[in-house]
Parts: sequence; C-alpha cells; structure tokens
Amino acid sequence: MSPLNTKLFRDLIHLRGQVIAVALVVMCGVATYITMFSAYHALVATQAEYYQHYRFADLFAAAKRAPESIAARIREIPGVAAVETRVVVDALLDVPGLDEPATGRLISIPPGPRPMLNDIFIRRGRYVEPGRRGEVLASEAFASANKLNPGDEIGAVINGHWERLRITGIALSPEYVYEIRGTEVLPDNRRFGVLWMSRDVLGPAYDMEGGFNDLSVALAPGANPNAVAAGLDHILEPYGGRGAYDREEQVSHRFLSDEISQDRVTGTFIPAIFLGVAALLIHIVLSRLVSTQRAEIGVLKAFGYTHAAIGWSYIKFAMMTVAPGAGAGILLGAWLGRGLANLYAEFFRFPVLHFRVGWELAASAVLISCGSAVIGAWLASNGAASLPPAEAMRPPSPPRFHAGLLERFGFALYFPVPVRMILRNINRRKGKSALTVIGIAFSLAILILGRFFVDTIDYILDVQFTHAMRQDVSLWLNNPSSPSAGFDIGRLPAVLQMEPFRLVAVRLKHEHRKRRLAIFGLPAGAQLNRVLDRNLQVITLPEQGLVISRKLAEIMAVRPGDRLTVEVIEGQRPTWQAPVAATVDDMIGLFAYMDMHALNRLMREDGVISGAYLAADPAGLPELYRHLKTTPSIAGALLLEAMKKSFLETIAENMMTSTMILVSFACVIAFGVVYNSARIALSERGHELASLRVLGFTHGEVSRLLLGEQAILTFAAVPVGYAIGYAMAAMLISAMATELYRMPLIVSARTYAFAFLIVLAAACLSALLIIVRLHKLDLIGVLKTRE
Amino acid sequence: MAEAVFRMRGVSKVYHMGDVDVHALRNVDLDLYPGEFVVLLGPSGSGKSTLLNILGGLDTPSSGEVHYLDHNLTAAGDAALTLFRRQHVGFVFQFYNLIPSLTAMENVALVTEIGDDPMKPADALALVGLQDRMHHFPAQMSGGEQQRVAIARAIAKRPDVLLCDEPTGALDYATGKVVLEVLEKINRELGTITAVITHNAAIARMADRVIHISSGDIAGVERNETKAAPSALSW
Repeated sequence: MSPLNTKLFRDLIHLRGQVIAVALVVMCGVATYITMFSAYHALVATQAEYYQHYRFADLFAAAKRAPESIAARIREIPGVAAVETRVVVDALLDVPGLDEPATGRLISIPPGPRPMLNDIFIRRGRYVEPGRRGEVLASEAFASANKLNPGDEIGAVINGHWERLRITGIALSPEYVYEIRGTEVLPDNRRFGVLWMSRDVLGPAYDMEGGFNDLSVALAPGANPNAVAAGLDHILEPYGGRGAYDREEQVSHRFLSDEISQDRVTGTFIPAIFLGVAALLIHIVLSRLVSTQRAEIGVLKAFGYTHAAIGWSYIKFAMMTVAPGAGAGILLGAWLGRGLANLYAEFFRFPVLHFRVGWELAASAVLISCGSAVIGAWLASNGAASLPPAEAMRPPSPPRFHAGLLERFGFALYFPVPVRMILRNINRRKGKSALTVIGIAFSLAILILGRFFVDTIDYILDVQFTHAMRQDVSLWLNNPSSPSAGFDIGRLPAVLQMEPFRLVAVRLKHEHRKRRLAIFGLPAGAQLNRVLDRNLQVITLPEQGLVISRKLAEIMAVRPGDRLTVEVIEGQRPTWQAPVAATVDDMIGLFAYMDMHALNRLMREDGVISGAYLAADPAGLPELYRHLKTTPSIAGALLLEAMKKSFLETIAENMMTSTMILVSFACVIAFGVVYNSARIALSERGHELASLRVLGFTHGEVSRLLLGEQAILTFAAVPVGYAIGYAMAAMLISAMATELYRMPLIVSARTYAFAFLIVLAAACLSALLIIVRLHKLDLIGVLKTRE
Repeated sequence: MAEAVFRMRGVSKVYHMGDVDVHALRNVDLDLYPGEFVVLLGPSGSGKSTLLNILGGLDTPSSGEVHYLDHNLTAAGDAALTLFRRQHVGFVFQFYNLIPSLTAMENVALVTEIGDDPMKPADALALVGLQDRMHHFPAQMSGGEQQRVAIARAIAKRPDVLLCDEPTGALDYATGKVVLEVLEKINRELGTITAVITHNAAIARMADRVIHISSGDIAGVERNETKAAPSALSW
C-alpha cells in the first residue's frame, strides 16, 4: 500500500469517533431519503397496479331506477369501453358485538362471472353462490374492525325487512380503498362497511329486477370524459340520474389521491431536506476536519506531491468516511421503506404491494451524500494545498484581533475574564463559529420538521372534536323526513339535546367549473355541530346564501358576492342561483353550509330534515343504541368518540410511524453534528489549551473555556434553528395542502422544547467526551512541536 | 569555479501581517555551487528561513529572480514548483514535520513513492543509522531519531540540494552533533548541495562557505579553508 493510503487508513482509525459520527449522519440522511421515497413510490405503483388489475372504473353515475335495456345505449356512446350496471343501496346493519347500528353499502355483483369493472379481490373465504339468499362478501376494513369472519352472520334491514346475512368471504375493491360515507371526512370502519351481494338476490329485494340504480363506465383510451359524462347524463336523466362524475369526484379515489399527494410531499420534500441537511453538515464537518490537517498538507506539498494527488487522498478520506454510512443507509432505508410501505398497504388494504428500491434512487442518495462530502474535503484540501507550503506548515497567522461589539460598548467589563476570552474567541473566529451555529441550527430544524406533525394532528383533533363537532352521535334518516321525525329522535332515551340537519346532494356550477357535494343545512344558533373559521370563531350562517370552504371557493373561482348555480340531484331536482355569502377558512374537506330554513325554502319543503346531531347522556348510550338499531327509519349513526378513535388508529398511526422514523434520525444527525463540532474545536484549539494548562490553568478552567464557547454557540443556534425549522415546516404545510386537508401550521412549545432538549443532550454528552479528551492532552508534546 | 546551480538576483520578500508589512528579505543576491556545504548564519528573524523557502520553491519572492540551473523559479507556477521540489529538493525542518500516523519507513516511502530514481527507504534509513527503528512511529522515537528520519526522508529521493532549516534547533547537544554528522556524510558521500540554516555560529565551522544574514540582507560571506568535522565542533 502506498504511504499516502497508509496515512489515510491511520487517519481514519485515529479520527474514528468523528468518522463514525459522520457516517451515522450520512446513514440517517440516506436512510430517511430511501425510506420515504421508496415507500411513496411503492404506494403510487401499487395504486396504479391495483386499479389496473381490478379494472377500477373511470366514470360513475347513479339513478333512481333505470331499465337494464339502456345499458346497450350507453355502450354506444363514443369513448365508452365497458359498462357495468349495478344495484347499490345503503342498509341498516345489526353487527354482533356492536351496540349501535351500522350502515352497510350493499353492492350487487354479477352472479356468475366476476364484475367487469370494479372487480373484487377475495382475501379469505369464497365468492357468493348465485341465487343463494343472504350470502354476502364483506369488506375487509369493516370485517376486521368488527372481528367478522367467513361464516359469521349479521342482521340487516333489507328494504324494510330484517334479514340474516351470512358472510362467505372477505373482499377488497379498488372502489372502496377508503370506505367512507360521502359527507364524512374520516372513515369509521366499525359502523360503515361494504357488502357485496349477488345481483340476482339484491336486485329483486329492492324491486330492481331488469333494472339498476348505479353504473360504472370504463373509458376507451383517448376518450373525452366530459363528453361521455354528458352522454350518460342525457340517457339517465329520465330515470332520476344524479349526474355522472369521474374518478376525481369518486370519494375513495379522492381520499386516496389526496393522501398520496400528501405522502408525495412527506415522501419527497422531507427526505430531500434531511439528505440535504446531512449533506451540508458532512460538507462542513469534512472541510473543517481536512483544514486541521493543513500542516501535513504543507509537508506533502514541500516534498513535491501535487494538488491533485493530495486532493485525491482527501477525497478518498471523505469517501471512506461517507460511503459506509451511505451503504448502511441504503440497506436500512430499504428495510424501513418496506416496513412503511407494508403499513401503507395494510392501511389502504391493498391486495398486493409493489415495493422496490430503484438503483436510481440509491445512486442519487449516494451521489448527494458522497458528492457533498467530496466537495467539502476537496475544497478544504485545495485551500490548504494552494498556500505556499512554507505558509501551510506554519500555523495560520493569527487573525486580526479587535475588540468585539460588546466590548466596544463597554459591556464586557461586566463579564469575568474567562467569559471575555470566550467572547473574543468566538468573535475572532467568526467563520468557524458561524459554521458551528449553522450546523447545530439545522439539526434543531430537522428535529422540529420531524415532530411538528404531532402538533398539527393534535390541533386538528382538538378543533374537530372539541370545538366544531360537539355532538356525541350523528344520525341519518333513510329518507328526508318531516320535522316530527326530529321530535321522535329527541324523545329517544338518553338524548339531552337534538339538533336537526338537512343534507341536500347538489352539483355546484360556476362558469365551466362544477363540483358534486352535499349542502349542509344547519339551524340558526346551532350548538352541536358548528361552523368555525381558522381562529375558532363561530360563523353565523346568513339568512340567505351559502357559506363555503375557502378551498371550494378557490376551486370554483368564486368570491363572496358571486353567484353559484346549484343543481339539486335528488327529489324534485330544482336548480337555483345562490350567492356566496362568505367563505370559511376550514381545515378538512370541502363544505357548503346554509341556514336550514333557507335551504328548506329553496327546496320548497317545510322543515324537512335529513338527520340529527345528538348530545347524549353517556350512561344511557347502550339504551339509545338498542333503540336506534330497531328503528328502520334510521340509515346510520356515527359516534364521535369512535370516529376519533378510528382517526387516531389509522391516519395518526401512519403519521406517527413516519414521524418516529424522522425524529430518531434527526436525533442521530443532531448528535453527530454537535459531537463533531466540539471535537473539531478541540483539535483546532488543542495547542492553545495545552499552553494555558502549562501556564497553570486547571483542567476545569480549560474545559470551561472550550465548552463555554460550545455552549454559547449552541445557545446562539437555538433561535436560528427555530426560525429555520419553522420556515421549513411552513413550506411543507403549504406544499401539503390538498382538497381534503389544509393543515394549519402549528409548532407547539413542546416541539421546540423537544428539539432543544435533544440538542442539549447531544451537547452534554459531547462535552463529557471532550472533558475526557482534555484530560489526555499531552502538554509537553503539544508545546514541543509546532502547532 | 564551476557554474552556480542556484542564482538569486535582487530577491525581496514582503509579508503583510495585518496592518504592518514585514520585509523579510531585501534585495538579496546569492549563488550556490555544486557539492558545496553552505551554512546560512543569522539571528532569528533575520530572514534566513525565508531565503531557504524561496530557494526550495516553498515560497515565491515578492520581487527579484531565482534560477535553478536553467529553470526560472520566479516565473514558475505552482505545478512547476511542485515538480521542481519533487525532482531536485530535499527538506529538513526544525520540527521534523513527520507524518505522525506513518512509521519511519513509511515516512520515507512517502517521498520515494514519487521520486524518479529513489533509494530504498531502508537504505536511506541505514544511511542515517536508523536501520533498527524502521517500524517505529514518530511518537515512539526521540527528537534526534525523528530528525534523522526527516533527513532520510529528504535524501531518499537523491535530491540535488538538501535544505535544512535549523536541523538541530530542537535537539540537545549530543543528538545535534549526530544529526550534523549525518548531514556531513550525505554531503560528502552523495555530493548533494547542502544548505543549513542556523543561528548557532559553531556549526559554521563545518561549512565550505558561511553566509551571514542580518535584517533580510547578506551581511557577509566567508570561506573555510579547512572544514571542521562535526565531532570537533562544540558549543
């Protein structure tokens, strides 16, 4: 081995503490990058494969009842590749072990062959037997939330009659990746589920023999979806068609794609920042590390080694430091990425998982991390090598010294001498002090970036479940009913307070923009479900006009005062013009609210309600549920507590997992940086400190000088790190805004404190290691040789 | 007299130290001839290290010209100076400047690696009497031994000139003499031009020529008709 390589290896061994710390930083940066990217790509690839494999439809439409014969006419519409007609109804379920009633979405499947569109994957059990009454396939989310297995039975109100349904299998469908009712923003898998029944059983039960009320269409490549939808609407119009819509408005797809687009941000933005920060830190650390070898570089130059030879040696040094970290990071990232992708697949209940770590991904991680290290090492070695060797071998000439700002203003007099020395040192080495501050600040920043999601989720939970939705139970009626239904509900056991609501399915139009959603009619002065703006102020619904989510206003390109065309797609299907009275800066979902009486007036109905929000006495809940289960007019009930639990178990769990990964990596990175800053400070200052020891300074005094400086720099980094972290979080939040979620930027004091404590712990631990090193300083040795 | 190997004409060097300019060399003319042993004598701060550094291509003059045979060192860029040092110059420093992470043998090999016709590192170490200490690290050797490693490292590539900056400055009397003996032996046996910087006037007696330097200028040159053996020196 050449002596230069021998030197390289010996240096690596000698500096092993720092080398390992750098390698860990790289490992964490690369692992975060690989984990998040690969999991995100797995999610996208799996979704695409799932949709394609199970023939997820492109267009959807519902009608009141249409004859099967028109299916042929629909097939004739140019651009239509396939049509599947179905019967789809919601029914009240009695699930064993569940006190309250649940809602089942009954969907017909062809008796013999598999569905042409929206095919189902049988996870367990078997397909239903054609013609056999009472056999259903249950969706996996619903089945596992209720611990249902093939062979189990549930009760259902089918067209007003109680029936026993026997589960033959557990199934998945691309159409119900998210099983959610149209008006909800969170899934409640215990109380809402999909059940597939043979068409020849479900059709007759709802008087749909030879007819259908739901339709899916696959488009031919290149077809214009709007034209096909218009054709569909035209054909279905006489049969109570509710307007065709595409995947963008399909609830499950909407949720899934919003979720994926959020994951795109967390899966690309955050890891890119992590890797970028790691790269920056490695750059700083390696350039400082190499700078401490300035004299040795001078010697090599004196003996005729070229810039290139010396630079190459330090590049190798950087590579040997960083490459093992990058390699370990790739392996760790692939392992964690698979784990996270599995979690996603489990959460979304994908039947397959398409996971791979592409070589491009691994190569880019290596390139970024090693590249920054190599550049750092090369610049530093080049800097030392470009000095005339005579100068490089001399210690750097003492920088110009002058009194710092504090001293010029006379404040320094108030500080004891050691503090003055520390302040002068910092002042004298502004560049290096600044690099230390930047390094520590960025570690703080990624700690904040890793954890602030917890704050955001906490805040959303608090706003949604404490301030906005204050009901215990939401009830839906099968059909819009007279106000007396509300009084009946109010008289149910344990009900303390009842507030009716009216829900009207509509299509909003403004110019060429349109959107299907439900208008919420809420009574004046509603107490249970309140409309809140971002500052948690209650919005009073005006007597006329709509209050809509600000995001919806953006999508529709309307401002308060503009008029929206409202096409009701139920009942008499009136169309009216309604002014936008105000927008509300809410956080979740797209909503349109109206005063309930105003809505009733526009619908030309008298006090009709769609359901009610209830505040209930917790002790009487079981009694209430028993009643609800046996009330056929009730289509479904949602429990706020259950919804919150389901939110925490699903979405929050996903986020917590990635947050935990991010936070642990951020901790390691923070430690690596703080430790290296302290170690480099020690090697840069060893001579000076040993001189002080020779002059009679004690170990303690010398330690205080060095560590005091580190402490001041660490504290100085805190506000900087907070500012960077806040700014990065703000960027992330704005990048993550989707139709579904517009998260507020919340960084709690707890997160700031957490980031600070981690950095403080890293600083203290590093300080201990430094104190040990200071005790080992070879005083005579240091003084005998040049610096 | 043979033709000069080194020719310095009107060489000045100014260092800008903060707000003050330090004139390390003022208009110096100097020639070095083949095979001679020269001692540059002067108090500390007189500019002798600067002179040596410029001769060796470690530093460049602020003005004036330096020639090594037909090479113009003043006009040479960094790459040319590097090549010049690699092919022609051996250095010995006051504080040895060994690479602490390499053994004696490896420190010498560092230089033989890049030389055109080097000695074997073991032979170079044998020349300085360190054949038994080849695998020791600098930290395991005395100052004199370290300096002898530095000399072995400097001569291993068979340089045309050996430039020594206070080679005995960090050594005790006895060890210093051992090092001087080694330098004398190299000069005698290999014919390498040897320039030694010192502020120790006693050492001047072993030189062919003694050049006195004071305040950045050559104050005088004297020639020793008979050179003293290092063992005969005392201070």
